[in-house]
Amino acid sequence: MDCRVALCQMRPKLGVIDSNLETHHQWLDQAIAAGAQLAVFPELSLTGYFLRDLTQDIAMKLDDPRIAALVARSHECSVVFGFVEESRDHRFYNSVAFAEDGKILHVHRKVHLPDYGIFEEGRYFASGDSFEQVESKYGRFGLLICEDAWHVTSGWLHFLNGVDAMLMPVASPARGIDTEEPELSSQKSWRNLTDAQALLFQTWVLRCNRVGFEDGTMFWGGSAFISPFGKAVVEAHGEEEELLVHTIDSESLKRARIQTPLLRDERPHMVRSHLARHLNDPDAERGIQEHGDPEQS
Amino acid sequence: MSALPPPPGCNVELTKRVLVGFLREETHRVGMTRAVLGLSGGIDSALVIELAVRALGPENVLAVAMPYRESHPDSLLLARESAQHAGVELEVADISPMADGYLENNPDLDDKSLESVRLRRGNVFSRLRMTTLYDRSAKLGGLVFGTSNKTELMLGYGTQHGDMASGINPIGDLYKSQVVALSRHLGVPSEIIDRPPSADLWAGQTDEDELGFTYDSIDALLFRLIDRRESRESLIEQGFQADFIDTISKRVRINQYKRRPPLIAKVAARTVNLDYRYARDWGT
Repeated sequence: MDCRVALCQMRPKLGVIDSNLETHHQWLDQAIAAGAQLAVFPELSLTGYFLRDLTQDIAMKLDDPRIAALVARSHECSVVFGFVEESRDHRFYNSVAFAEDGKILHVHRKVHLPDYGIFEEGRYFASGDSFEQVESKYGRFGLLICEDAWHVTSGWLHFLNGVDAMLMPVASPARGIDTEEPELSSQKSWRNLTDAQALLFQTWVLRCNRVGFEDGTMFWGGSAFISPFGKAVVEAHGEEEELLVHTIDSESLKRARIQTPLLRDERPHMVRSHLARHLNDPDAERGIQEHGDPEQS
Repeated sequence: MSALPPPPGCNVELTKRVLVGFLREETHRVGMTRAVLGLSGGIDSALVIELAVRALGPENVLAVAMPYRESHPDSLLLARESAQHAGVELEVADISPMADGYLENNPDLDDKSLESVRLRRGNVFSRLRMTTLYDRSAKLGGLVFGTSNKTELMLGYGTQHGDMASGINPIGDLYKSQVVALSRHLGVPSEIIDRPPSADLWAGQTDEDELGFTYDSIDALLFRLIDRRESRESLIEQGFQADFIDTISKRVRINQYKRRPPLIAKVAARTVNLDYRYARDWGT
């Protein structure tokens, strides 16, 4: 099914949820006015990124009225937004919620928490442990939060489950001006990464990065719609706030998958047997010996 | 060391965009619209004023030249040229009366033939300039823009609470060679770019004489050592002398204290900056 999506390349305030909530409402108004059926916000869009000890201060449980306020808007337009989720047992997750028709359809807890360079998410967040697909009335979506996308297995799991689009809320900082390249080295890496994911996994990839500075670090924006052919068809102009609206169509998915039927020809059972050996997992290996590889039968 | 690899490059247009955005956003978010900076007649402050006027407009930038009576007269002339090029009016705040007041009460600072005295005098001048800038900052509601580049910060080649003091610093992640490239791109007057870098703390001083190496060679090394984390063995293979690597590495290490806030004795559960950790931009 086709879906008109708005990527909200916005600038959250650091740790000021009420103000960011108000901003989300304004962006949603614009997205709806532009005919969007689904609006996507960046990673930690309700809170800002370099939270440090604010992480626990500003965390919200899923029944928080501020989350409910955004979920209520999903009657008008489905919405994907980022926040710090506090679980019942007081673990803190870097989460993204997918809300539709007044309900939260899914909460993805970031699995791969970067804890190197300028990142210190491992210090503050618990990590999620699965990549589930969201069954929306507009299609099947896979959510990947920033670093999740750098692990090829994350996208691969969504690919195996036949998603129509991977939604990537991102907070990618600007780094690397020491070359004559026309763009930041972090920007170039992300473009290569997301173009390749769209191409290899034959889905729409929607990269929604934030903008603005936090403690001297710039987030470079550059949000984009990348087609299942691995080509950015709409891309933000740069590092300013911008609403990008585009219709992702199933026709492109079909054409890409007819042209090169990668999903049809994928061999997950072979991967499974390799994984069993790699993980030295006798149960899995025994299962393969007893039942054989269905791809070979 | 003629066969050394080159210093780091710089995508000047992209860097300008990032730094201008940085100055504008980080100034406005603290509720300010104006900037104060010292113009020495050197390239670093000439670059920062070019960035500042692009970020805030020339009418919102106060440039202050703060000569001491022994400063080289060219320094003031070049500071004027730099301000003029940026379209900013220059205030001249002579620090001689302040400095002489201090020096008169400290006669052990008279003998300029001693290196330690020259250094102490230089630090006094530098901190008096800081005092002047921060007073202008309070008077005008302007943020003090820093002008220390990455080479100086890594080498500790600056005065703590003096020229290293600022509210925000747009060029602290640019090596000197990148400062030069960006300055050319922004049209900093060539007399300033081509003048041998000097802290002008005493007559005839140049940075490269004092450091003992050229900026190009230092930048080539620091970039590989710090940004790329290349090994000592690899650097020697690329043509860097072992004693040069060791001298610079030691200098970087022993000056780490200048790049950090003061140590605080930890006795409580949460200690400022140690395990009480918030971004400076918290709440904005």
